[in-house]
Amino acid sequence: MFRSLARLHHQFGNALSLCKRRTNHHHFSCSLKYSSVATERKRFYQDVTISQGEGGLFEINLDRRKLKTPGGKLLTVPNEALAIAVATEWDTQRDSLKFYAMHLTTLCNTALDNPTQRNEDQMISAALKFLETDTVCYRVEEPYGLVDLQKNEWDPVLQWIENRYDVTIGSSSSIMGPDIPQATKDTFYQHLKSYNFWSLTGLEYVITQLKSVVLSLGMIDRYLSVEQAVLLSRLEEEYQIRCWGNVEWAHDYDMYELRARTAAGALFVHLSSEGSTVKRKLLQD
Amino acid sequence: MAASPSSLRVYRGILKELRAMQGQNYKQSLAYNYVTDQFRKNQVTGERYCRAQQEALHASQTYLCLLASSRNHQALHNLYHAKGERNPEDVAGLVGLRLPTQPGGKGWEK
Repeated sequence: MFRSLARLHHQFGNALSLCKRRTNHHHFSCSLKYSSVATERKRFYQDVTISQGEGGLFEINLDRRKLKTPGGKLLTVPNEALAIAVATEWDTQRDSLKFYAMHLTTLCNTALDNPTQRNEDQMISAALKFLETDTVCYRVEEPYGLVDLQKNEWDPVLQWIENRYDVTIGSSSSIMGPDIPQATKDTFYQHLKSYNFWSLTGLEYVITQLKSVVLSLGMIDRYLSVEQAVLLSRLEEEYQIRCWGNVEWAHDYDMYELRARTAAGALFVHLSSEGSTVKRKLLQD
Repeated sequence: MAASPSSLRVYRGILKELRAMQGQNYKQSLAYNYVTDQFRKNQVTGERYCRAQQEALHASQTYLCLLASSRNHQALHNLYHAKGERNPEDVAGLVGLRLPTQPGGKGWEK
């Protein structure tokens, strides 16, 4: 156990010192720091607990060591619910740590380390870029079964979001996609301005998973469940599965992964936006 | 107002997932205590339409989806993708084919 701790420390130490030396080579040091995510490591701790540290932020403890981000910062989260969810991810790892399956931890790391060094404006424009090529806006002209399916399944969501935010989006079957007016983009920009950095991190993650701003906002606003949003995002694939059959090791595998990632992102947005349910209920009691 | 049937179902679902992940001692875990606590707090309310309750229900459904999907994904991963690259026979077997067999080994026809 001690040896692996030492090794961990050694790696972090290395990454840190590299970071200091190569401040002008951000990309290099970042890819080096995050390379450990893909590999598995033996579980080196017994107990996982949470504690409330300075400023009311919550920390996660592995035995008596505090959990840190790959960038070397202390991993602190804004509320108890998120801390417990992250701690549960660490607690449920059996023999080896599967970092690729610990989505909430990954999101916390991203929000804390901000490895791409972006500010909120840049994140909002990156997220809204997906609106121009939104999955639900692109329609096919054949086969007819899929045309009907897209119309019946996607149109209600489009209608809902157009009413909810009072915008025009529309759909198109041309390769250029629909012409989305600037007013629509401005409205969404203003809306996303109200998100804090953590919830923006989560929202952008969800949007890149579902490849759709419309479906993501539908899910965050509780119009769609995670399962529905993932189904709508994979509509064409589901249609092909219906025609040609389901392959468990490709289709189901992808679907469960997408569901897990999307759910993690949505939960992350929910738990890190201010005025969470938890606090309100505690005050009422 | 008592807890709605759907929230009870979600609650049971989350506990089932926690037990699947943590084994018999799941009742001592942080998540078990927190989830139980939250469901108890949210079920007692006199309001007819409680926004907070709707929010909590959606969040708990999302969490259930996260736990269940992660478990299913991991199971499929272990079954199909965890063993590295397959040999040609296994690959052929995946799509229901068999490699041709040659009685005298390779180049037997000559």
